[in-house]
Amino acid sequence: MALLTFLLRRILLGIGVLWIISVAVFAMFFIAPHDPARLLAGKEATPQTVALITHRLGLDKPVLVQYGDFVVRLLHGNLGYSYYNSEPVTQLIASRLPVSASLAIGAAVLWLLIGEAAGVLAAARPRSFADRVVTVLSLFFYSMPPFLLGVLLLYFLFFRLWVSGIHAFPGSGYVPLQSNPLQWARYLFLPWLTIALGSAATYSRLTRSGLLEVLGQDYIRTAHSKGASGQRVLFVHGLRSALTPVVTQCGIDLGVLLGGVVITENIFGLPGLGALAVQSITTQDLPVIIGIVLLSSFFVVAANVVVDLVYTVLDPRVQAR
Amino acid sequence: MTRDVSPSAVADVADVARSGQAVQGRARSIEGLSPWQLAWRHLRRDRLAIVSAVIILIIAASAIGAPLFAAITHHAPNHQFIVAGLTPDGLPRPPSGQFWLGTDDLGRDVLVRIAYGARISLFAGVVAALSAVCIGTIIGMSAGFLGGVVDTVLSRAMDVVLSMPFLLFAIALVAIVGPSLWVALGVIVFFSWAAVGRVTRGQTLSIKETEYIEAARAGGSGTARIMFVEILPNVVAPVIVYTTLLIPASIAFMATLSFLGIGVVPPTPDWGNMLAESLQFYKVAWWFVLFPGLALLLTTLAFNLLGDAVRDALDPGAERIFGRM
Repeated sequence: MALLTFLLRRILLGIGVLWIISVAVFAMFFIAPHDPARLLAGKEATPQTVALITHRLGLDKPVLVQYGDFVVRLLHGNLGYSYYNSEPVTQLIASRLPVSASLAIGAAVLWLLIGEAAGVLAAARPRSFADRVVTVLSLFFYSMPPFLLGVLLLYFLFFRLWVSGIHAFPGSGYVPLQSNPLQWARYLFLPWLTIALGSAATYSRLTRSGLLEVLGQDYIRTAHSKGASGQRVLFVHGLRSALTPVVTQCGIDLGVLLGGVVITENIFGLPGLGALAVQSITTQDLPVIIGIVLLSSFFVVAANVVVDLVYTVLDPRVQAR
Repeated sequence: MTRDVSPSAVADVADVARSGQAVQGRARSIEGLSPWQLAWRHLRRDRLAIVSAVIILIIAASAIGAPLFAAITHHAPNHQFIVAGLTPDGLPRPPSGQFWLGTDDLGRDVLVRIAYGARISLFAGVVAALSAVCIGTIIGMSAGFLGGVVDTVLSRAMDVVLSMPFLLFAIALVAIVGPSLWVALGVIVFFSWAAVGRVTRGQTLSIKETEYIEAARAGGSGTARIMFVEILPNVVAPVIVYTTLLIPASIAFMATLSFLGIGVVPPTPDWGNMLAESLQFYKVAWWFVLFPGLALLLTTLAFNLLGDAVRDALDPGAERIFGRM
């Protein structure tokens, strides 16, 4: 029961946050010094045409009425139409979302694999050579801005290999999962790596510090004295409780990434939400920008709620909170 | 690499004990060391911290001395050497005696531009981080100490900022007001203060309940005095730790904004926009990509290493080694 009220409270808070963000986005849209009607009508339109379009878009109504319309449309799942090609924004987003989702989920799998392996390796023998190597690499990749890592991967793993006749990883493009899973993974590998290497640094640190803390506790000694093997203690007894913060972090990171990975998508020419957002700036396509911002805020808020729920399931001790 | 968590706590106790003995060994007077002195000792003995500090000083020196680079090479940062700086095909020239780190796509000197770019990176990193920390500390402290409605409003504000997809928001904002250094700085501060605020609020909440606050109140101190004289000194340590993390993050953030064309506007040199320009030439001009990238990486790496050492020195029992980017 306490869990249910807690969850309900979190969801309501999340809705509140989304509402404030929607107001902020709408205000930005409204304050914008651009006249969407003029933009739509084209350069040689008569004032009458512009006025007609202004009226059709409802831009001649008072601000509050416009905001009301905006909210009503939003609640009906209608994000308006692109200024640029008149497509419904929801349709545009729906066509781009699979790309961003493929990118985010694949990267998450990769960073969990790398980060957890490195973290466990480092924690199993603290201050060993392996631990130092992991620490240095973590710091290196953590300090690397994602766009720099992307460019470096593009240079070495695409261009240098390509020059020497190895066409292992394409430098740009996207193949949908349903048309060819193998090509899908091949085209996404470098983008995945770009995101994953930087994040894996955080996860290896998180796992290492979590594990070291857990391994110092009494029940670990008990497990050892019961005769459990070192590996069993490390993976079954230790990792189980060290994973809780990792799961939390992963949920939040995934929520952030689902809304579009601006930089990686741009470097590798992936037609995802982030690339669409950047493209919409050049065309000043505000409905599209607003739609993407709202959707990605929703992902962040939803991820936070889900993480809270998972947290209480994984670690019953926090229910007391 | 000794930026550890729990195991180093033991080592730190030993360190403290040893340094205590050293002080007594000198035996002029037996003096207690303040936590700051202990932290300073710890930091001074950290070889990596010293190396990182030296690297940062070198970068700062080249930022300040950027005109010197221009004077020595006789290359102004924005001057386009159409003949000497470009190959007959109009491509960038590789590093040579005349252009030490090569030229870019417009025949400009990469070395001089990197030196000038250091100005913006360091300026943006330090100014944005310090502003965000000041705002975050004051707001976090107010939320934690004043409680009630103030806390509710400020905490929700932090929630909202932390839930915003910052890069997309920055893009949308710049689409409306147009790109400039100051807009980019504002964006960085706007999306950085909330995390500081959250940390400070948590700290303040626990300090608020201690006896010495009660004592100060009984002694007749007002709200403002308690907040700034009693509480502030006790939240400074985590705030400093956070600042050292925020500087490299802000430098990377600024470079990212410039890279996307929504930060520093060309032709003003900035590591981010240099890298953006070089991206079209990475197949023919490796130096054009490599050197600005190296400058950026070295700077963030040095700040992160130093930050880690500061964190280790100030707060040996710290839970996390790296925060989120």
